[in-house]
Parts: sequence; C-alpha cells; structure tokens
Amino acid sequence: MMAYDYEEPHLYANSPAVMETLVLHVDGGDSDTNKSSIFNGENDNQHHYPLTSPVTVAEIIISEDDDDPNENPNSFNSFLEPPSYADAVFGSFDGDHGKQINGHGVVSTSGKSTSSDHLKISVNSPVSGVNTYVTYLITTWTDLPEFDETISSVRRRFSDVVSLSDRISDSYRGFFLPMRPDKSVVMKNQEFVEQRRIDVEKYLRKLAAHPVIRRSEELRVFLQVQGKLPLVKTMDLASTMLDGAVRLPKQLFGASVVAVDPREAVHLGRGKDMVRFFKEVRQSVTYGWGGSTKMPLVEEDKEFMEKRMKLQDLELQLTNVSQQAESLVKSQQDIGETMGRLGLALVKLTKFETEEAVFNSQKVRAKDMKYVVTSAVKTSRLYRELNTQTIKHLDKLHDYLGEMLAVNSAHSDRSNALLTVQTLESEVSTLNSRIEKLEAVAFKVFGGDRSRIQKIEELKEAMRDTDDAKNCAVRVYEQIKENNKIELERLDKERHDDFCGMLKGFVVNQVPQDMQRRWQVHGKQLQTKQVDMHKFVAQSRM
Amino acid sequence: MQQRSSTGGGGGGGGGLQSPRSPSSQPPYLSISVTDPAKMGNGVQAYISYKVITKTNFPEYQGPEKIVIRRYNDFVWLRDRLFEKYKGIFIPPLPEKSTVEKFRFSAEFIEMRRQALDTFVNRIALHHELQQSEDLRTFLQADEQTMERARSQDTGIFKRKPSDLMQIFRDVQSKVSDVVLGKEKPVEETNPEYEKLKRYIFELEDHLAEAQKHAYRLVKRHRELGQSLADFGKAIKLLGACEGDALGTAFSELGAKSEMLSIKLQKEAHHLLMNFEEPLKDYVRAVQSIKGTIAERANAFRQQVELVETIKLKEIDLNKYRLTRSEKTLEAEHEYEELKADSEEATKRFENIVRLMNEEIVRFQEQKTQDMGLAFHEFAKGQARLANGIADAWRSLLPKLETLSSS
Repeated sequence: MMAYDYEEPHLYANSPAVMETLVLHVDGGDSDTNKSSIFNGENDNQHHYPLTSPVTVAEIIISEDDDDPNENPNSFNSFLEPPSYADAVFGSFDGDHGKQINGHGVVSTSGKSTSSDHLKISVNSPVSGVNTYVTYLITTWTDLPEFDETISSVRRRFSDVVSLSDRISDSYRGFFLPMRPDKSVVMKNQEFVEQRRIDVEKYLRKLAAHPVIRRSEELRVFLQVQGKLPLVKTMDLASTMLDGAVRLPKQLFGASVVAVDPREAVHLGRGKDMVRFFKEVRQSVTYGWGGSTKMPLVEEDKEFMEKRMKLQDLELQLTNVSQQAESLVKSQQDIGETMGRLGLALVKLTKFETEEAVFNSQKVRAKDMKYVVTSAVKTSRLYRELNTQTIKHLDKLHDYLGEMLAVNSAHSDRSNALLTVQTLESEVSTLNSRIEKLEAVAFKVFGGDRSRIQKIEELKEAMRDTDDAKNCAVRVYEQIKENNKIELERLDKERHDDFCGMLKGFVVNQVPQDMQRRWQVHGKQLQTKQVDMHKFVAQSRM
Repeated sequence: MQQRSSTGGGGGGGGGLQSPRSPSSQPPYLSISVTDPAKMGNGVQAYISYKVITKTNFPEYQGPEKIVIRRYNDFVWLRDRLFEKYKGIFIPPLPEKSTVEKFRFSAEFIEMRRQALDTFVNRIALHHELQQSEDLRTFLQADEQTMERARSQDTGIFKRKPSDLMQIFRDVQSKVSDVVLGKEKPVEETNPEYEKLKRYIFELEDHLAEAQKHAYRLVKRHRELGQSLADFGKAIKLLGACEGDALGTAFSELGAKSEMLSIKLQKEAHHLLMNFEEPLKDYVRAVQSIKGTIAERANAFRQQVELVETIKLKEIDLNKYRLTRSEKTLEAEHEYEELKADSEEATKRFENIVRLMNEEIVRFQEQKTQDMGLAFHEFAKGQARLANGIADAWRSLLPKLETLSSS
C-alpha cells in the first residue's frame, strides 16, 4: 500500500486555520486569522474596555517572560507560529518514511533508487470549459520505459476517470484495485470541484503506486494520449445489453445457437449472452452477491476461506479503530481549544487586575496568573500541532479501509469467475443430457429423421463451444486466484510496514516534550511565589 | 482550603482573638469539619445531611468537642443571619442550590458541596468578628429540633435572600436611571474611590465567571479525552489481535498504554475540578457576596439620607407648631427627638459599614491572592504531572517499535 504524497495534506490543511478562528472568537469580536492570534485577543479587550491603558498584553508577557533563560524575547512569537519543534522532532522521521514510500521498493521491478522507476502524477487547474463539464489538467513526470515522454500533460474530465477505472477493473480482475472516486455530484460549486480534484489526484497516485497497474497500457493511454480518451468501452453494460438483447429472441426460440467467442463468453455473462447473464444473476441473487461466503459453490481452497475470514475480521477492526481514532482526534482538538480559551480568559483577567490594582496583593496575583496563562496558551498551540500530525499518521487506517474495499472487490471477481465456470459446466452437462436423450430416441427410430440428426449436430457443436468457453473460464478463474494470492501477499507486507510506521509516527508524535518542560518550569516558579506570598502575609499581619 | 480546617485559629493567623477571659494558656482555636454526607428520607423529600464536628477552647462554647447533624438549609440559615447582623462584612459564600434533580445526589456534586460547606464554616470561624456570633454558636451546638425551629422562624421579615438584596440594588440602580430621565434625585454616595471599587467588583465578576466557565469546560474535555483514549485503546487491541506476531503485540501494547493514560486523564480531570475550577467558582461566589454587601451599604446610605431629609421637614413643621403654639407641639417634639436618635443610629450604622468594608477589602484581596496562587500552582502541577505521565507512557513504547520496524 503506497501512501499519498505527504507534502500536501489538502484535506486537513483547513483545520489549523479553522481552529485558529475558533480560538480567537472569544467575544465575537472580528479577528483575522493571522498567526499572532494572542494579540488579537488584546484587540477584543480594547473593544470592550475603553478604559484600558495602551500597555498591550503582548508587552506584559514578552517583557517579563524571563522564565526560560534560553529563550530570547522573540521566541514567544515563534511559539505562536506552528511550532517548528514538530518538524525537528519527527520531520526527519517522516522524511525517511516518505522516501521509503516513494521508492516503491516492495514488489516491483527495481529495488534500487527512485530514478529509473519514477511515476509522479499531479492534478490541477480544474476548468469548466465551454461545455458544462469540468476538465482537470493531469501532469505526469516519469522515466518508466513504457511512457514515450518524461513529462506529459493532458486534460481529462471525470467521466474519463470513470472509464479508466472500469477498464482497469475489467482487465485486472482479481487485483486489489484502488477505489475510484465517487460519481455522485452534491453541488457544483467551488468546494466540490476542489474536493473532486483532490480525490482524482489521490486515485491516480494510488494507481501509480500499484506495482502492476502502473505499467498498464490503460493507465499510460490515460496519462499520455492527447485529445479524446481512446479507451474502448467494451464492457459497458448498457451497450452490450443492447447487443445481447438482439440475439435474445433467437436463443429463446431455439432456432440456432449462436457461436460464442469463448473469451467473451467467459466474461461474467454481462456480455453478449443474455440468457446466461440472467441465469448467473439469478444464482448470485439467490446465494448472495459476490463477496458473501454463503455460496453453494464449494470453495475447495480452505486456506482461502480462512484468509477471507481473517480479512473480514481485519476490516471490522479497522473500521472500529478508524472511528475511535476520529473521536480521539476530536477530543484532542477540543481540549486544545478549551485550553486556549481559558488562557485568553485569564489573560483578560490578568490585564484587568494589573490595571485596576489598588493593592499590592493584586499585582502579585496578576503575576502569578501570567505564568499559567502563558503556559496554557502554548499548550493549546502544541495540542493543535499534535493533532495535525496525529491525523496524518492515523490516516493510514483510512487508507487501509479503502484497501479492504479493494480486497472485497477482488474477491468478488474471483467468486464471479467461479460462478461463470460452474454455470458453464452445468450448461455443458445440460447440453450433454439433451444430446443423449435425442440420441437415444434416434436409435429407436431407425434412420431417425433428418431434423433430429441436424438438431443433435447443432447441440454437439454448442456443447463443444460451451466446453471451450468453460475451459477458458477455468483458465481465467485460475489466473484470478493467482492474482488474489499475489496481491494478498503484497497487501500483507505493505500493511505490516505501513502499520509499523504508523505506530511509530503516532507514538513519537504524542510525546509532548516541550509541553512537559514548560509546566515544570512554571510549577517551580509558582512554588517560590507561594513561599514569598506566605512571608508577605505573615509580615503584614504583625 | 485544606489548610484552614486543620489549624483553625492557631498560630496567630486566625484573627488573633485575645479574649481576656480565656483562662487557658493555649492559644484560642475554633476548628470545624463538615463530613460524612448521608442521604436521608425518600423521594422528593430526600436530602443530604452532614456531620459537623466542632473543636474549640472558646469559653462561650459548651465544651472542647461537639458533633451535630446539619443539612444545607441550616447553612443557608446561618448565612442569612450573619448577613443580617454583620452588615459591612463580606460573609463567606455558600455553594449553590442544585436545580437539576439527577445531579443532586451524584457523588461528585455531594463532595464538591461538602468541601464548599466546610470552607464556609471555617472561614466564619477564622473571621475575628464573625467567629463571635451567637448564631454561629447555635448552628454548631444546638440540637436538631432547636435548629429546625430557628430555621422555620426565620421565614419572616428578617429572612432576606441575596436575590432580594439584588432587587434592592437594582432599585438603587434604577434610581440612577430615573435621574437620567429627569425623574428623581439619586440617593447614592458620591465617593469616587468607592465608585471605583464598585466598578471593579462588577467587572471582576464578569472576568472571573468567564474564566470559571472555561475551567469547567476544560475539566469536561479532560474527561472526554480520557474516554476517547480508553475506546481507542480497546479498538487498537482488537486490531492487534487480527495482525498477530510482533506487530500484533505492538498494537496491543499501544492499546494498553492508551487505556492507562485514560485513567490518568480522569484523575487529572478530578484534580483540576477540585483544585482549580472550584476555587475559581468560590472566587466568583465571594465577589457576588460582596455585591450583596454593596447593596446593604447603599441601603444604609439611603436610609441615612432619607432620615436627614425627614428631620429637616420635621424641623420645619416643629417650628411652625411652636410659632402657632399648637397642641401638636409636644407630640411633634417627641417625634423630632425620636427621629434625631434614629438618624444618629442610621449614620452610625452606615459609617460602621464603610469602616468594615474598608478593612474587609484589604483582607479579601490578600486572601484571594493566596487562594488563587495555590489554585494556579495546583493547575500547573497537575498539567506537569499529566504531561510527564503521557510522555513517559509513550516513550516507553519506542524501543519496542524500533525493533519492530527493523525486523
């Protein structure tokens, strides 16, 4: 399983900005989402308390921020930017991991460096042209030998992507293919187009990451051939059904049995042979479609069945973990946000006490508070950064959920292929018994009538054809089984590696080293303050 | 808050009651604890009772130790009496009545209330004037029937709830707006320092209330995060069971850590509630109590002013009667004398309140600085502890994960 490019976590790029707005919107004052959000809190103050002095909160905090000798006054600002500590701590880790992923060094041809095996795709500039549909500019950088040029650019629309996906799933049955983006259109607005762009990019990159698909002709054609997409939609259900319908009456009236191209016949009866199509559909419907394990077909491969169960269990657990991960991320987000708001509320209180102080005790109190405030605000920021990274890591789970869908689909391919084989087998035997019956009658009547003999000949020919088709189907089925097996091995290995990386990344990320240090330093300071306070009170009582 | 219940008035920090009648060489102390909440009664009538244990060597008290059973309404009674009698002093605040039925008997609510009640009585015991209150003695020593009688008696003229005082204060405020609308002359002090103080108190309440609101939310967030970690841990463990071998073990250890951290978070949430949010809440209540005192002062001021006005009018009448040698003269003179006496009393009362308030505000500010200092310290300590715990837990997993990916 190859991950998408880490450089552009588009989906979650919004959240930091959003969170920033949330933190700022304390009193409904309009605050801009620039990075120095803490100072905006101060603007709110000026809104509500016109009596406040021009001394800004920032100045109070920065000038007296002497609790860490290693920090210069500007470092407070640096904490307001998305902390670079995050990058320092695991930037390198991510980098290595990223290299591993882009290196494709798992199953495919070269285990060497990226140079001879490179296929990068980028989807940009959606344009709703003169027509009503949107086209996307798809740029490819590659040095794979199959491709004519190193860099190419084409414009494609979404239905082209759908065609590509259909063609690939027809040609590569049994493979764990990435799920193509959803066809449904919610609302044709900017947001939707952008989301679709992202989805298309993700999808194409996943295809590019698959060791077999990336070398496919279909993908190459899609990426390089200019103009209208020349992928022939041979397996378009609609058109073939129409074709098939033409032949239907002949079959029903039994006039002649159409000679069927075995390869076409093999294809899940979706193709030209309507009768078989309906028969298979009926059987599937009775026994459950595709991936269900309730097939009457004897799945002789026990090992396969076991693996299937395990994979289903895995899917269940992945779904579960994915849900819990989402709620974990949300909780982390909430706590960071509330911490920030508390900090801001205390900032206001501090400022208020400092300005309105009549007694010394008030000034002392304000100072105490200030330490907590600073730490609280910084903690809030750190939580936010933590979350962004957590999302990145745990997103692996979502990716693998997607993979599970691909697995299910591949298993469907297998079941369907088996269904085809068995259907053809039963047809052969049906034809055979019809032949035998006719032959038996023919022998009784000496010489037999011409029509009957002719009929027997026709049936025999049909049987031969069907038998050929059946053999073809068996070959296809075996191929699909083999594909399944290889893919499963690939999946297991990649999943293992990816999950290891995910765990490590997640754990490393959760160690909030700086947070820890900050509160400790603060705690010590407050302790000394306490001692001073006691002394002060004791003295004033005497 | 913990400090006070143990040391009481000892060590000279307790207001220094130097009673000349105290025979013992021991320094005087009055220490109270509110404990053992117990549910009494059934259904709608059900309530919580508390054991109130008093330890003292004050001569006015019946003995060195006394235990009585009290309920929340008894505490309310005490507060109202003190508020009546000791105008000018900032009476310690009480925890609120709970309106939400199902929350009323939750363990956490009861514990928070118990702690607040304990703080309440001990603050009274430490206050150099309040500790001498007869009502306090009644509260601490009387048997339950006497207490009940006293409580029911007071549903008369003397019983004034803070909300009533707020109403009075609002009346005062509305009188100000009347002036703006040109209706009446305002009957308010024109002391600029006092004005500043009043503004300060009102603004302070707003700030504190907001901080407290967020503090409470933070407690909830801790709990929510704890819950999420627990659920996540469980789910990860199950996933680990699917994977098997080294990866599976790694998953299940991660899950276990996650569950462990969940517990830490719940603990921290409780600590944050008791040691940071509650003190903040207490601060808010204290400020609200001060507002009550401010209303009392305004009342007293108005009474004084009104009496002065009335006396002036009476004087005019009296002179009229004297001139006309009316038979009403004698009566009028009586009334006049009475009014003068009342006026003197009113003035004394008002001045007393002013004096007391000035002392109280100093005491209040110092006390609050101490309280808040402690609260912030606890907050920082708790967060450091939490951050440490989290860091340690995750860090301990790293070596295993290292070996995992290299294998």
